[in-house]
Amino acid sequence: MANLEELRGKIAAIREEIRKETANLQDSKAVYELKKSFLDKSGRIGQLMRYMKDVDPSQRAEFGKNVNALKDWALEHFNSMDEEMRRREVQAQYEREKIDITMPSHRRTAGNLHPVTQVRNQLIDIFSGMGFEIFEGTEVENDYYNFTALNTPKDHPARDMQDTFYLSPDFVLRTQTSAAQIHVMENEKPPIKILSPGKVFRSDDDATHSPMFSQMEGLVVDKGITLGDLQGMLDVFVKKVFGDETRTRLRPSFFPFTEPSVEVDVSCFECGGKGCNFCKHTGWIEILGAGIVNRKVLENCGVDPDVYSGLAFGIGIERVAMLKYGINNIKQLFESDLRVLEQINDK
Amino acid sequence: MIAPLSWLKEYVDIDVTPQELQDKLFSCGFEVEELHQVGEDISGVVVGLVETCEAIPDTHLHLTTVNAGEHGTFQVCCGADNVAAGKKFPLALVGATVYATARDHVTVEGVMTIKKGKLRGYESFGMLCSGTELGVNEDMFEGAGYNGLLELPDDAPVGADVKPILGLDDWLFDIAITANRPDCQSIFGIAREVAAVLGKELKEPALDYHPTDVEKEGFTVEVEAPDLCPRYIGHYVYDVKIGPSPRWMRRRLALVGMNSISNIVDITNYILMELGQPMHAFDEDFIREGRILVRRAHKDEVITTLDELDYKMNENTLCICDGVGPVALAGVMGGLNSEIRDTTKAVLFEAAKFARDNIRHTSRALGKRTDASARYEKGTDEYTTVMAMKRALHLIEELGCGKVSKTHCDCNTGNSVEPAEMKVSVEKVNSVLGITVPDEDIVRIMKNLQFDPSINGDELTLHVPAYRTDIENYPDISEEVIRMYGYEHIQPTLLKSASVTAGGLTVRQRGEMSLKKRLCAEGLYEAMHYSFFSPADLDLLMLDQDDPLRQAVRLINPINEDLSIMRTTLAASMLHAIERNQKNNNLSGRLFEVANRFIPKSLPLTDYPDELSTLCVGIWGMQEDFFSLKGIADVIAEHLHVTFTYERAQKPFLHPYQSAEIFCEGEKVGYLGTGCFEVIRDLNLRFRPYIMELDLSLLEKYYSKAPRFTPIPKYAVEKRDLALVMDKDVTCGQVEEVIRDACKKVTGTYLFDVYEGSQIPADKKSMAFTVTFTPDEEEFTTEMVDGYVHKILKNLKKSLDIEMRV
Repeated sequence: MANLEELRGKIAAIREEIRKETANLQDSKAVYELKKSFLDKSGRIGQLMRYMKDVDPSQRAEFGKNVNALKDWALEHFNSMDEEMRRREVQAQYEREKIDITMPSHRRTAGNLHPVTQVRNQLIDIFSGMGFEIFEGTEVENDYYNFTALNTPKDHPARDMQDTFYLSPDFVLRTQTSAAQIHVMENEKPPIKILSPGKVFRSDDDATHSPMFSQMEGLVVDKGITLGDLQGMLDVFVKKVFGDETRTRLRPSFFPFTEPSVEVDVSCFECGGKGCNFCKHTGWIEILGAGIVNRKVLENCGVDPDVYSGLAFGIGIERVAMLKYGINNIKQLFESDLRVLEQINDK
Repeated sequence: MIAPLSWLKEYVDIDVTPQELQDKLFSCGFEVEELHQVGEDISGVVVGLVETCEAIPDTHLHLTTVNAGEHGTFQVCCGADNVAAGKKFPLALVGATVYATARDHVTVEGVMTIKKGKLRGYESFGMLCSGTELGVNEDMFEGAGYNGLLELPDDAPVGADVKPILGLDDWLFDIAITANRPDCQSIFGIAREVAAVLGKELKEPALDYHPTDVEKEGFTVEVEAPDLCPRYIGHYVYDVKIGPSPRWMRRRLALVGMNSISNIVDITNYILMELGQPMHAFDEDFIREGRILVRRAHKDEVITTLDELDYKMNENTLCICDGVGPVALAGVMGGLNSEIRDTTKAVLFEAAKFARDNIRHTSRALGKRTDASARYEKGTDEYTTVMAMKRALHLIEELGCGKVSKTHCDCNTGNSVEPAEMKVSVEKVNSVLGITVPDEDIVRIMKNLQFDPSINGDELTLHVPAYRTDIENYPDISEEVIRMYGYEHIQPTLLKSASVTAGGLTVRQRGEMSLKKRLCAEGLYEAMHYSFFSPADLDLLMLDQDDPLRQAVRLINPINEDLSIMRTTLAASMLHAIERNQKNNNLSGRLFEVANRFIPKSLPLTDYPDELSTLCVGIWGMQEDFFSLKGIADVIAEHLHVTFTYERAQKPFLHPYQSAEIFCEGEKVGYLGTGCFEVIRDLNLRFRPYIMELDLSLLEKYYSKAPRFTPIPKYAVEKRDLALVMDKDVTCGQVEEVIRDACKKVTGTYLFDVYEGSQIPADKKSMAFTVTFTPDEEEFTTEMVDGYVHKILKNLKKSLDIEMRV
């Protein structure tokens, strides 16, 4: 007959043995092996049950309870050991994976749209929100559309304002996107609101001039259009492009196709209008030409100037890009140097 | 247009500073491009009285003591020959700035600051100055032309600043005149605007003269071409005494940059500047047969002009003739045969209005531009023509250099010189502006502008001066009102009376932008190149002489040969961009450009050429090859939801075995390839260029193609890798075609390896594909897929003699 006390001693010894052996374990695999040797069916704890038949029947329940308590404790103990080991292992892996986060990033670089396209998109965005449609004319233009219909007949001194490239006596490289005005007005009835971006050409090639550059012509023809509307619309445009604090100033000028004609200046966005090198100490920067569409131009397109009136403006896109991004040489925009193109990425 | 302040003051009482006047002129449409003081470089020069003057032995120098009044008395060494005690000269004090002159004492070589000096051991505290050193010549001040000291008048106050005495305190306004205001191309024209903007009275120059009873017998003027010469006024002046002009006139001409020649010539130049009307004086002795005829020249008729050059005229050239032949090129230059000489005794003054476009033509055609022609090209008016003749005759009398005869010939088919009445609606004038300018302001402004206004209800009656040829309708009046009233009065509005319009981009515009953005995402940067290029670029591309790309539109007047023809291909500009980048050590890169190619329907151009929107891609660098370029093409196809196919093709500027034409739905849409070695050598490239051109005008029809959803298959796809051995000339495309044709379930083939080497026969290559099978209704079993593979292998063997690699 086995003595219960003696058996309890065995149980205590196993518990002590588990404690002792687990204290030295280094990884979860060892914990698992040890756990198996104690807790498998044929493991050390399971084998205790062999003593059951030797225990006095009155004490068997008590013995069973004691063995089960050991089993529960061992399970709990091994599980917590296992958890601890896994925690340590993960930590160790973290340590091994320590990196120098100041090392360069890996990236795929996207390219950029051309600075002129970026500005063009911004302008299209602003004006299409005001109901403007986009009409791109042709780069080669008939003399009639580029000049005559725009109230600049042959040998008019205003033709001297622009040095024109001729392709034939009748065809030129357009000197202004205003030419598109005529095509639109010939084909559409008011109300008209168009924006006409595109390349224009002038026989000018020096440090500050490029023989090709881009303009964006705006035209509104409707009833009761005024200079106030012109200023109001351009106010919106300059605030959106150059910032809310930018102001506009109109001053008299001359274009054959508008009357009155104005130059539009914006307050210098470098100094806020106080005067600096950037604005040549005037506080203002010339940004575009505009005006009320000349009655003769409307007549030339079959629009009754006694019913309708219009406003028109022409923006130099390179000029806006150069001012906005601080590009100092217009030629750089046409040289495709990646060192230039990489820099200009305007949201 | 240069206007001296002192001259403007002759006509207007200007009581504002030059800077204020500049601002005023700017606000009313006359931008002063430059404002500077005549003597801006001169400072610290005062009237000095030489009190003692002793020659320094063995030199040309004198040692003087100069009294400079409040500034003190100074010892000054002087080398000029006219230094003498008791005389007054300009003294540049220590610290003064004057012009430095060369050894000839005449050529100005910059500005210098006077320092305490020592000459031959004698200390000198300042410098006595010549006219040249102060920037004053004989025309500006009497005696200033002497190559020595400038002697000042006895009454010049000792110690006073010399600048007012010499006129160096005057200001010059360099004013930009817009093309609509030819009437302001003169000092008096500017003065009219100054008077208006300052609200001051305008004083007209004196125009009165007193003809004698003398008449030039039988003298006639006839205009045969009134369309080119609507007004011609000739007046005979006799008892002419050629001599110098008075100082005031010479000074004014000098201020605007004209040399004084003689009184008669100076009068014509003075009036050109003062009134903007070119005038001419003919020596009467040389007007043969006593008559003037204004006519078109005969073909190849020759005239020798004042500058002793011969010009061959034609039927479009207007010339002034005497009884025998041409004596002047109308509006451009007088003839040598009737030039004013020292011995001239009588002259015929001419004041005429010529058609501006004719003068422009003549001036351009003969390559001859003069002050007169430049002025005529801008446009003159009859009002000023008449005024100018009166003014000339007045000046003859004022200068006492001749007698005004009774012989006055006036051929007039031109415009009236009287103001034209014009009635406009006040409401319409305001409607252009979007504000209501008070009636009294409108009247005040138009009165200041000499329009003699009156308002009756809504009716504004004006009398438009004959010189204001730019005024045609009420918007012109709106402009006159607002430029004087002030643009700051305009109230910004946002198209308050306009209709709502749809706005926005077209499908083509949106599609093109979306494509550009997709290319940016592939690491491409957008480039922009000139629309013209060089004929040499056609040779760079090694195009055949009869290649259609050589049919380029030529510019008649290009800047230079390199920019002389319109692009028929974007490839050359792209190759040059790659060249520039490689020169700048940008050793790899990806660029694209979207621009037009210009394809003429016929040459020379009689109709608009086709402007074909084209995409050009150029890439270079270690990591790029033909297939990375092809990858970009496939990205474009995918973006447009189409499939591109490629066929080997030859392009003279591309590698013969690394180039292809691109087809989309059976249509040829472009090409791509590796640059050939000749191009690489010509451009001295370090890395090969890869070039693609796609005709977007053919692809834009796909911009509106929306993506189409394919339902996700119910069962998983199966993939099998097939390593195949074949003859070397079998292409990937051929293999893929056989695989696809062999089995309907194949939805993808992907080449992942190509091998040639010892493990397979020497005349063979191996290609390994991953083939994807997609089930439709039922799940695949291994046996089914094995069956498909078996079929594929059988077909490959049959059509291309391809074996599985073992």
